[in-house]
Amino acid sequence: MAEHIVEAPAPGKVLKVYAEAGKAVAEGDRLCVLEALKMELPIVAPVGGTVKALHVAPGQTVEAGDPLAVIEG
Amino acid sequence: MPEGELLGVLALTWQATVMLGIGGLLIYLGIARQVEPVLLVPIGMGIILANIPLGGLTDADGFLAVLKRAGIDTELFPLLIFIGVGAMIDFGSLLERPYTVFLGAAAQFGIFGAFFLAYFLGDGGLRLFDFSFEDAVSIGIIGSADGPTSIYVATVLRSRYAPAIVVAAYSYMALVPIIQPPIMRALTTDAERRLAMPARTQKVSPRTRLLFPVVTILVTGLIAPKATPLIGTLMFGNLLRESGVLERLSQAAQNELANIVTILLGLTVGGMMLARDFLQPETIMIYVMGVVAFAVGTAAGVLFGKLMYVASGKRINPLIGAAGISAFPMSARVVQKVGLEANPHNHLIMHAAGANTAGQIASVVAGGAVLALVPFFA
Repeated sequence: MAEHIVEAPAPGKVLKVYAEAGKAVAEGDRLCVLEALKMELPIVAPVGGTVKALHVAPGQTVEAGDPLAVIEG
Repeated sequence: MPEGELLGVLALTWQATVMLGIGGLLIYLGIARQVEPVLLVPIGMGIILANIPLGGLTDADGFLAVLKRAGIDTELFPLLIFIGVGAMIDFGSLLERPYTVFLGAAAQFGIFGAFFLAYFLGDGGLRLFDFSFEDAVSIGIIGSADGPTSIYVATVLRSRYAPAIVVAAYSYMALVPIIQPPIMRALTTDAERRLAMPARTQKVSPRTRLLFPVVTILVTGLIAPKATPLIGTLMFGNLLRESGVLERLSQAAQNELANIVTILLGLTVGGMMLARDFLQPETIMIYVMGVVAFAVGTAAGVLFGKLMYVASGKRINPLIGAAGISAFPMSARVVQKVGLEANPHNHLIMHAAGANTAGQIASVVAGGAVLALVPFFA
């Protein structure tokens, strides 16, 4: 079991969060949507597995490289 | 019936009717289709006002004629707009990725592509169209993908096609999402498009952000003095933004100043589109060469991106080169979209924004360089 940290690709605001801590996700599932430069960036799971930790909530601002979620799979 | 009433209807030529239709079309595109409404609605209304027969707005002391003398002939409006643009732009994405400067420079190649074509079709070769050397240079500047720079250069060079050039430049900026993706896909491989780039970058200090506009004015001004009015106003606006103590002025530049000048500039540019000047084969040709300018600029940016892809050991995605044309932030968004299509984990937006803001500076420098070079060739 390896842990994958999903990082914010750009500084921006978290618009929606789809992932839930403890729940399973498949590779390519949407975890959350960020807004940067007035554009929506869908963040998808890099691997299938379990969402071990979720670091963001809607409305929160993030910096590039901030961890958004940790997936174990 | 008092004398003079209804004379407008009688004086309406078919050419003026066509212009009224074009004005109406721009207003429609702006409002119903939301194509650059901030520009197209004032420009469309300017066209209508100027082409109503006997309305007198473009006569010697007419409203639109006065605005043209005060704001366009003096080059005042584009420079005032640039103060607002400078205050709006966050150059952080460029400063964190200094190499994107080269992509901004490479994408200015569209200027030369369109210039050579216009000059060849005009006085420099076939003489099919009435394009002087100065007109060809002004048409080339559409390739800078920057409205104020296009207005500035076309006015300084006294090109009679300035209104068509400006409208072409702004129309194609709105069409960037249609023009760019096919070229980007054609010139890159799937493996190149899929390449994800790291999100984390070295953060730049507030001091660097503050020094950047001042240093840019000095360096650019001393190398390409003719670019000083453009780069000077752009970077003055950016200094207001980054100073940290001029929030009021920064907001005023971004909102009040930029909005008021946009209204006046749009109306005036529209008012310069009189039927007798606009309805000519040259106008259509300017539109054709505008596409060439945008396409060549995009291709040059992507090709230079491929060079950096190889030189960096496959760490730079060549797509971000397309954002080197300055259409900000449209082309950065296009890059993000095309990159994400190839790989759902590939978010290129901030890298593209770096190339995009670099393109903004490069287009201004290119405008200044062109103005400096013209006297040697004309």
